[in-house]
Amino acid sequence: MSQSEVQDERPPGPSAMERLMDDPSSRKRFLTKLGGTFGAGAVAAFAAACGAADKTFPNQRSPEANKNPQFGGGTKFGEGDTGIVNFALYLEYFESDFYDLINNSGLLSGKFYSISRQIEEKEREHLEALRDTAKQMGTQPIKKPKTKFPVESQPQILKLAVTIENTGPAAYLGQAPRIQEAEILASALAIHTVEARQAAALNMLHRKKITPDGAFARPRDMATVLKGVAPYIVG
Amino acid sequence: MTTRSPVAPELSAIEVRGTTRGAFLMRGALAVGAAYGAGTVGPFVTQALAQAGQGNPRGAGDIEILNFALTLEWLEAFYYQRALKAVNMSSETKALAQEIETNEFEHAKFLNGAIKSLGGKPVPQPEVSFPFAGESKFLQLAQTFEDTGVMAYNGAAPLIEAKDVLANAGRIVQVEGRHAAGIRMLRGQNPAEAAFDGVLEFQEVVRRVKPFLDTLPFSFRQEELPRGAQQGDSSYF
Repeated sequence: MSQSEVQDERPPGPSAMERLMDDPSSRKRFLTKLGGTFGAGAVAAFAAACGAADKTFPNQRSPEANKNPQFGGGTKFGEGDTGIVNFALYLEYFESDFYDLINNSGLLSGKFYSISRQIEEKEREHLEALRDTAKQMGTQPIKKPKTKFPVESQPQILKLAVTIENTGPAAYLGQAPRIQEAEILASALAIHTVEARQAAALNMLHRKKITPDGAFARPRDMATVLKGVAPYIVG
Repeated sequence: MTTRSPVAPELSAIEVRGTTRGAFLMRGALAVGAAYGAGTVGPFVTQALAQAGQGNPRGAGDIEILNFALTLEWLEAFYYQRALKAVNMSSETKALAQEIETNEFEHAKFLNGAIKSLGGKPVPQPEVSFPFAGESKFLQLAQTFEDTGVMAYNGAAPLIEAKDVLANAGRIVQVEGRHAAGIRMLRGQNPAEAAFDGVLEFQEVVRRVKPFLDTLPFSFRQEELPRGAQQGDSSYF
């Protein structure tokens, strides 16, 4: 299906949800209503979700959004869906390097080692799929970054793995609503939930909650993700 | 219509079936017809065709998708709620079940509110029944529900029109994926079976959850089903 066919199915004008998001007063009413019915916890979670949506996707329907570095515009990744695929590829390179290093460090053992090797295999599959996708989309796949990670002991590595692995799903979640092509979106979602599974498994080994954000996972925009990985990138 | 996920052979196993809204809704209608008798199909097909046409209120199809998701969330929420009372669990399992239960109720309540805010009518809470035995059976069925939830959301998400609805569905499906991994870890299984999570069509989701729904609570059909037809089919475990 071509993009134009997808667009043709979408009549113009904001949906009720979009109006809700854009209009502070109606959102406030909605939250008050939620509060009355569902209790403070649900309101906090929903407010967090709304806040994140406002912060992360404020300009998603405007062409200017693609020029904003926060959304990947004007960065080395390129614009639009190809930029998103390249951004994802960059993260998968980063993760693959990390697991390659720690799995060959001789420091890991037991359950963590077994899970860590499983994750490495899957990251490699993600990486190869995204690299091929970038090529097929007619764009030059982003170059593999050079990485450097501190590797000292199993507990220290597990802690770092938890941080790195929880970045993946948040990054994919931040990009998903910006993806134009349904097929690319479906593929990103297919990777997104696997990244989520891996993050939860590591959280569990680290005796941390599997859902650290609660019922609604928080997305991270491109700039925040890149800032998070920057300390481990050396070139 | 079947659209293959892009170009890369590694992704070709993922099929996005029915990437048009009409196809998705039609399949859903036919699936429910097959499962519950042809008499139930009529009104939904009409509705689906109307939505697939031009000039309809934006978000009408999103409401159907959210109602579909809402039923799954109620099913999951009640599953953990009842299991926490009925099943003798280790402290680790109990802690995870409580964390998941809280999340599933929040999902259901959020979707209920979102459907109303889009101008839709949320489906009523379903009548459910589960075959509880020990902790191991509890975890086994929990894994089925969570993995099904992940694939149901991933299958429906590309059909969502409003970006904000999609963003919120993404927030929820990530949490379902995390639940699935937690349950799988307690069962000594791989957190992820493959590098890419698959998708399920409406029809397959209905087939998987049907044994636990005493009523079919979709907006187009609310009458009671014969109870005898709904009791514990565990043949697919």
